[in-house]
Amino acid sequence: MKRVLALGAIVGSMAAALALLLLRVPLLPSPASAEAQPIDRLFGLLAVIAAIIFAIVTGFLLYALVAFRRRTAADEGRPLHGHAGLEALWTLVPLAIVIGLGIQGGRVLRDITRPAGGGDALEVRVQGLQYAWLFEYPDLGIRSTELRLPAGRPVLLRLTARDVIHSFWVPEFRVKQDAVPGMETRLKVTPTRVGEYQLACAEVCGVGHSFMRAKVVVLEPEVFREWAAGQVAQATVAPGAPQVEQPVVTAPGGGLHAHTVAGTR
Amino acid sequence: MRILSLGLVRGLLAGLAGFAAGAGVTALARAVSGLPAWSAAPAAAVGTLTGLVAYLLAAGVFTDWIAWARGAEASDPRHGPAHGPGWTRYFNPDPSHKVIGIQYTVASLVLFVIAGIMALLMRLELTRPGLQVLSPQTYNTAVGLHGIVMIAAILVGIAGPINYLVPLMIGARDMAFPRLNALSFWLVPPGALLVVTSLFTGGFNTGWTGYPPLGARDPLGAQFFYSGVFLVGLSSILGAINFLTTIFRMRAPGMTLFRLPIFVWATLATALISLTATQFIAMAFLMVVLERLLGMGFFDPAKGGNPILFQHVFWFYSHPAVYVFVLPGLGIISELLPVFARKPLFGYKWVALSSVAIAVMGFFVWGHHMFTAGLERPLIVPFMITTLLVAVPTGVKFFSWLATLWEGRLSFETPMLFVLGAIVIFLVGGLTGMPNGIVPTDLALQDTWWVVAHLHHTMYGGFVFPFLAAVYFWFPKVTGRMYSERLGKWHFWLMLVGVFLTTLPQFRIGLLGMRRRVADYDAALGFEPAQLGTTVGGLLVGLGTILFLINLVRSARRGPLAAPNPWRSRSPEWQLCSPPPEENYAAPPVVVGGPYDYGVAGSAYVRLAERPATGALTTGATGGR
Repeated sequence: MKRVLALGAIVGSMAAALALLLLRVPLLPSPASAEAQPIDRLFGLLAVIAAIIFAIVTGFLLYALVAFRRRTAADEGRPLHGHAGLEALWTLVPLAIVIGLGIQGGRVLRDITRPAGGGDALEVRVQGLQYAWLFEYPDLGIRSTELRLPAGRPVLLRLTARDVIHSFWVPEFRVKQDAVPGMETRLKVTPTRVGEYQLACAEVCGVGHSFMRAKVVVLEPEVFREWAAGQVAQATVAPGAPQVEQPVVTAPGGGLHAHTVAGTR
Repeated sequence: MRILSLGLVRGLLAGLAGFAAGAGVTALARAVSGLPAWSAAPAAAVGTLTGLVAYLLAAGVFTDWIAWARGAEASDPRHGPAHGPGWTRYFNPDPSHKVIGIQYTVASLVLFVIAGIMALLMRLELTRPGLQVLSPQTYNTAVGLHGIVMIAAILVGIAGPINYLVPLMIGARDMAFPRLNALSFWLVPPGALLVVTSLFTGGFNTGWTGYPPLGARDPLGAQFFYSGVFLVGLSSILGAINFLTTIFRMRAPGMTLFRLPIFVWATLATALISLTATQFIAMAFLMVVLERLLGMGFFDPAKGGNPILFQHVFWFYSHPAVYVFVLPGLGIISELLPVFARKPLFGYKWVALSSVAIAVMGFFVWGHHMFTAGLERPLIVPFMITTLLVAVPTGVKFFSWLATLWEGRLSFETPMLFVLGAIVIFLVGGLTGMPNGIVPTDLALQDTWWVVAHLHHTMYGGFVFPFLAAVYFWFPKVTGRMYSERLGKWHFWLMLVGVFLTTLPQFRIGLLGMRRRVADYDAALGFEPAQLGTTVGGLLVGLGTILFLINLVRSARRGPLAAPNPWRSRSPEWQLCSPPPEENYAAPPVVVGGPYDYGVAGSAYVRLAERPATGALTTGATGGR
């Protein structure tokens, strides 16, 4: 009994310390989308569960290292072969935990992917290509190499890729979606915080992968409207002119493959 | 030409000649049919095939089979090489499971060093932002090679202990198909060579996963990479056939399934996966090669193909493969803990069956690698549930290990240290896998360094540390000599500190936005200190590995002679002399009790038949001395 109490004290204090540490230290970039909030709460829950399990196992190990050290060379342990009740316990409790986590994960997934009601979402077509991103706003008739979004309004990104698989990721938005050639994938994101972010390709896509980035700017809704109007005006001033200057990223030191980098267009 | 008495040298030379001949014939055939004579990809493809056949023939892998087919007697290498010193045996095809086990283990260490050098190259590049050492192309190739050579090292690494130990543990004379066993091993050198050749033939950009369309557009290096993996996979399948047949057909009298040493159960589970799933990665890679060579657009949307199809087929093996890597390691943990705790393995049947459960469940989780790929929502949630469920049998193992320690009498020699380290490291790997298994959190983590750190924890804890524990533990059995405990402990602490110093910063910056497989990162992100930590951690692991290799070589030659059973193990192989005699047991041992009855007074596991008094068969030729 004394052993169990000592063990409980070690495990309990380790779990508490670790959970506090994980919850206090900001582990993720500060969130900038509505979707980030439930995801971050889920991270918090997982951090606490992980802290507890880590403390149980390592606390037990530390205790065993000291308490069950061999003293004489021929010393033998107590021949305990097993205990069906204990085995059932540590099968069923983890089972309940993972089912609970699965349900919670499913709920959060449903919340962050629920389509925005009433056609309210701003639609943006996103095309990934080696090694750049292109954005098109079909409702506004704008094309851009920067992704500008109004704060507070759901955005439906319709992604595709021109050549190989790319992946759309803004760490502050949390959510991520691959852009796949030959098909359309979708990602809903609702930016909440005005500011500048970096979109980076998350799926390795060739020699220029490291440099496949684009600027994402979240604007106040009225500033966004002004920008959109300005873009439309510009496009009508110069009809026929290439609407988007296609960026060609030449990776430094491209080596053997450099010709294909420059030849992407 | 004494050097030509080595099958490896003969095989590689003939392989090169065969490659050149195949490439030449291809050029000729193209010229005859009016195509431009030289085209590197088809020439290399045909050359790979002809080179492989020439290598196997010249190395002597088929010699016995050819002799049988002609009605002649096969050679009997049981008493060492007919000519040349004893060590030459390891460089020739040899049907003895103990020779093959050592061949696999040494090959694995060689591959580890190669893959480790790739890792250090990457560390050199990433320590500071900007491009300093490697071009992005070389960097990407180093990423892919580090991954795939490590995977080969692990597949080969599990085959080492399995080959050496399983026949001994079940009281068999050898594997069921000794010559097939030799073929499995001899497919590894050309496979590894092809994979590494990719570095000098333009490289490849995809990482080890080889995703098309990128993989279909990559330079010639990609073709060598895909072909090499194909061969290593074939080796793995053939090995699995042998392991399963041996375990099911060749157990000693009384060795019922629930009296098997637990490592044999792990082998059984892992072989079930290798035998039935490896075909899928082979098929996926073959289809990309065909797309590259013949324009078959399996994964090319412009030709009606689908890039996502590849990912399904690929991960249908490549997730279960993770359990191929770790189940033997977890088996080694379960095998060694009772010996060093002087207690029975707690819940033997639960631990044994949990391996099988993990193996079976592993087939239903592949979609969790594709949560961001555009899977249909109704598919995503079931994959999340099945993924999380794997935690249950894995948890059974952890808790059974802890209960095995309870009221034990622990001692902390190097193998035990590595076992305890493995438990902690694998635990972190499991816990950090939770947010990868749960879809919403995985959306943030997919393709980041979080995943990199997580997978390295599962590999270090599930394979590397247990493998090292096994090498130390069975070193006196294999060589008859003792390793240096002092160097072993240094090795352990360097590795343990090195691993955490590598991965903790990786977890941290992975959460903050460090993407996978990038040669460069934005200096503004402030990741430099973390990158430096990771590099120092990698160097510590490298330093530990050097100490380990020194220890192995020095101790094998000059180490003190080991006691017959230095660990007081109950397992049958420790009841033999070290190194064990060529034929293992003079007569099949009789199993009379449970494997882990440590602390049970008067209990016995196996009874060995008396040796024949002449001792003619006891001159063990496997010591390499």
